[in-house]
Amino acid sequence: MLNRKTIPGINTEPQTRFAVLKPFNATAAGEPEDLLFSRWLASTPLWVWAILIGFAIVWPSLSFAASTYSTADAFQALLRWIPFIVTGGFFFNVIISFFAMFIGTVLGVVLGLMQISPAFYIRWPAQIITQVFRNSPWLVLLFIVLLALPYEIEFGDTVIRIPDWVKAVFGLCLPIMANIAEVVRGAINSVPSGQWEAAESLAYTRHQTLWQIILPQCFKRMSPPWMNWYAILTMATPLCSLLGVEELITLSRQAIEAENNRPELLVPFYGFALLIFFAYCYPIARATIALERRFAVKL
Amino acid sequence: MLEAFTEFFRQLADDYPRWNFIFFHEPRQWARIVKGLQHTIVLSFACVIFSVIIGVVGAWMQSSPSVWIRRFVQGYIQFFRNTPPFVQLLFFYFALGQFTPAVTGPDGWTQVPLISNIGWAIISLSFFAGAFNVEIFRSGIEAVPESTQEAASALGFSRLQTYTDIVLPLAFRVSLPALNNNLVNLVKTTTQAIAIAVPELLYQSVSIWSDYPSAQYPTMILLFFSFIFLVGILVFGMSRWERSMRIPGYGG
Amino acid sequence: MSHHEWTDDQPIVSINNVHKSFGNLEVLKGISMDVMKGEVICIIGPSGSGKSTLIRCVNALNDIQSGSIKVEGLEVNDKDLNKLELRKKVGMVFQQYNLFPHKTALENIMMAPIKVLKQDRAEVEERARGLIAKVRLQGKEGAYPGELSGGQQQRVAIARSLAMSPDIMLFDEVTAALDPETVKEVLVTIKDLAEEGMTCMLVTHEMGFAKEIADHIYFTDRGVIVEHGPPATFFDKAEDPRTREFLSQIL
Repeated sequence: MLNRKTIPGINTEPQTRFAVLKPFNATAAGEPEDLLFSRWLASTPLWVWAILIGFAIVWPSLSFAASTYSTADAFQALLRWIPFIVTGGFFFNVIISFFAMFIGTVLGVVLGLMQISPAFYIRWPAQIITQVFRNSPWLVLLFIVLLALPYEIEFGDTVIRIPDWVKAVFGLCLPIMANIAEVVRGAINSVPSGQWEAAESLAYTRHQTLWQIILPQCFKRMSPPWMNWYAILTMATPLCSLLGVEELITLSRQAIEAENNRPELLVPFYGFALLIFFAYCYPIARATIALERRFAVKL
Repeated sequence: MLEAFTEFFRQLADDYPRWNFIFFHEPRQWARIVKGLQHTIVLSFACVIFSVIIGVVGAWMQSSPSVWIRRFVQGYIQFFRNTPPFVQLLFFYFALGQFTPAVTGPDGWTQVPLISNIGWAIISLSFFAGAFNVEIFRSGIEAVPESTQEAASALGFSRLQTYTDIVLPLAFRVSLPALNNNLVNLVKTTTQAIAIAVPELLYQSVSIWSDYPSAQYPTMILLFFSFIFLVGILVFGMSRWERSMRIPGYGG
Repeated sequence: MSHHEWTDDQPIVSINNVHKSFGNLEVLKGISMDVMKGEVICIIGPSGSGKSTLIRCVNALNDIQSGSIKVEGLEVNDKDLNKLELRKKVGMVFQQYNLFPHKTALENIMMAPIKVLKQDRAEVEERARGLIAKVRLQGKEGAYPGELSGGQQQRVAIARSLAMSPDIMLFDEVTAALDPETVKEVLVTIKDLAEEGMTCMLVTHEMGFAKEIADHIYFTDRGVIVEHGPPATFFDKAEDPRTREFLSQIL
């Protein structure tokens, strides 16, 4: 019997288009580009973490086989300190990330909308601010905010001291603001121009079109990158320890000092820090990717 | 000319004590800034070079037939991209730095660690950015169709020639935008080396403003614009380069 | 037998009882054919009949499990085969053109002679310009593949293969990916080559073209050669019902 398969160019359309280069399909550079961090985090196989934990346990015992201070001692010390480190330290990382994200998002949405303004005197400054804060190192922004903000504010008679972690919130919300602004701008630009035209033909004003037609569509596109930036922000919160903010790394250091600075403690304590960040960010990354996939199908 | 310049800033500092541009009229502070800038540039440059090398080698290792080599590279990537670079720096310098041997220092009698804090910063940050570069290059290589490599081998190219003359040049061009993003990010991350007291620009600025509180705002401004400038140069150069490497007829 | 014992009166390509599998799927089940110097043979058959695999085996792009393929006396199915020796003799053109997108048309043609054969650049360039003219693409020397139409790209690909001065050319469905209006320009180029006496093996679906230029036509189905003969007898007096059904479907 004859194989009745289709023969391109004979009984079917010829295949005329061949991609000379396949699409650049990096988890590193896939679209939307802002998601790369979450994609990577979500794709981490759990065995990697199993190995890391194993490594953290084995390392001290290998390195200090001759020492009297054993691995068990090091981990007992860690266990003793965990409640302190988590409630007093990591709790603040989370608090800082929440507030910085909230403020950064509000400012970022405003900045993003300004960037698509038809008036150049609104658009240009917004674009410059976005680029400046996107391209400056987070740590530099943190230091500058720490110095620029006063120690205390006076409201008439009452004097309010600004705690360091509040300054850290302001420092971290700046790069978040700039990056969220880009997310907003990108999402709005990704709505087909036909939508604007259709709304205009229905006599919507520009303002109405933006808020009633365009932004509701953008919401779905924006939420995965928004969550992605939240994870990146959380990963950046340890930087606050350089400013003396009491958070996970600061308290871990204090704990190590309290235990007489034993070098055997460095790996378990820093390893625990790595782990707790992973435990917090991994579910977010998974959710981000799941969300992105669900929206991708519907859009 | 230079006299008038320093004189102007000295006068400014006298008239407005909060605007003491100390590095413009005091040579020692100027030297600190220059030294900091040098360290930032050296650090950025070394990390860019090493991270790209790590990326190319890692991408090549990921196509290795040995499953253990591939897993090793995969483990490396996952470790470095899913943990904060800041904690990595601390981990490398404090935890691993303990175990490197000490050697006799240049003065002939003190013991100094084999790897200095700058050395650890370069190692740590290169591995951090390198992990991203491996993925970027691997994706670039995957974007080169099998059939293009086949055509090269049908023309008598050896495996190595195909890799160096066809696959790498194409993969490199495809990877450039993602690579640029990562390298810009790397230059921004070099500031975190302050955690292990590498005397780069941020470190020097912080020490100037703790030594001279009157110079806080000017130093802040200088620091901020120096980084915007450095990153700006990099972004500009990279996008020019990207454009010149563009393959006519594809994309863009 | 080593290749220098080969003489003109022996088949330039001699395929003998070749078997080839991809995993459990056997795509060539004992194929034999001889091609003499200067001959043009066309291999036709339904998709998946193994015809592309067969000519890819001639160029050692696919290895074979058993049997023998000799090109000018050089055994292709040999672990110690010097692939460069083989590929200097055998040029190949692909369905997807496979030009190097980061090189101009002229550079695509010059690359292999310079890099692989280490020939003199000026001499190669002169020859490459001649080849551009031969495939009627004067003025396109500096164009990049992405700036050329499919038919133009395919002609550059033919010139690129010819730059290696092969004795045999393999064409693997070279017009299947082209727009109908550019098919002809490529076929004309191949016809010129055939008329100059180049030994050609073509896998093609262009029956009219096969009928016109082939010295011999092979019909393959499911890994075996069902029927073969000169075009005159093959198209008019095909005996096997499978051949007849195939031909009735497409003619």
